[in-house]
Amino acid sequence: MEKVLNKFKMEVEAQSENESFVRGVVGAFASQADPTLDQINDIKTAVSEAVTNCIVHAYKKKGGTIFVECELFADQITIKIADNGVGIEDISKATEPFYTTAPEDERSGMGFTVMQSFMDNLSVNNNFGGGVLVEMTKFFTKEKAADLASGE
Amino acid sequence: MKLANKVYKGVLYISLDGELDEYSAEYTRTYMEQVMNGTGFTQIVIDLTNLSFMDSTGIGVLIGRYKKMKDKNIPVFVANPSSQADRIFKMTGLYQVMPKVS
Repeated sequence: MEKVLNKFKMEVEAQSENESFVRGVVGAFASQADPTLDQINDIKTAVSEAVTNCIVHAYKKKGGTIFVECELFADQITIKIADNGVGIEDISKATEPFYTTAPEDERSGMGFTVMQSFMDNLSVNNNFGGGVLVEMTKFFTKEKAADLASGE
Repeated sequence: MKLANKVYKGVLYISLDGELDEYSAEYTRTYMEQVMNGTGFTQIVIDLTNLSFMDSTGIGVLIGRYKKMKDKNIPVFVANPSSQADRIFKMTGLYQVMPKVS
């Protein structure tokens, strides 16, 4: 197991003003490992998607707590974003491209697809006791990401 | 998010300056809806030169506007997306309904 260089945990209120705050914090934290600008943008985009899900779907825009936890390694960052909201009935369906429970609100249904494409690893699980836990990993070296993609 | 618009030679230009996410979506949607309901243009170009961030909530906003304009037969184009926005557009197939112009 690789050595954790740095870590942080935070809780924020599930309101949309905090989207740019959370993605900014995680982006700044990741920058300690000297990733490329594209990698930071990938991370910020994925974080924004996960936080949007907490605000819009988990808590139905009524507020709640979003839990963010990050660990930084020399060559990767792991990000956990969790909520205590309503949970996801069918995770495999929810992660399909263009699937949305709220088309009338002009939701694109692409949140999980964006997370999957922009990060190297994504797992989505219902939390024991309620809510959803999203775990994502981004590798900073191309070799690692390629190894993972080829299943090594 | 700051938005601006102008009509030039029958084209409505709408420029987005800032970050398009859940926080700015409602305002952006309302603003675009309002200017798109105007007259004097037969095409729309959404200028993203100064859009520094966008996520899939933004895709929902753009596709929503496309659908409204499709009913009026007014094509909508996007111009100058960042590389981050460009990837999201490609991934979601947005360019198929809102082609990129320079």
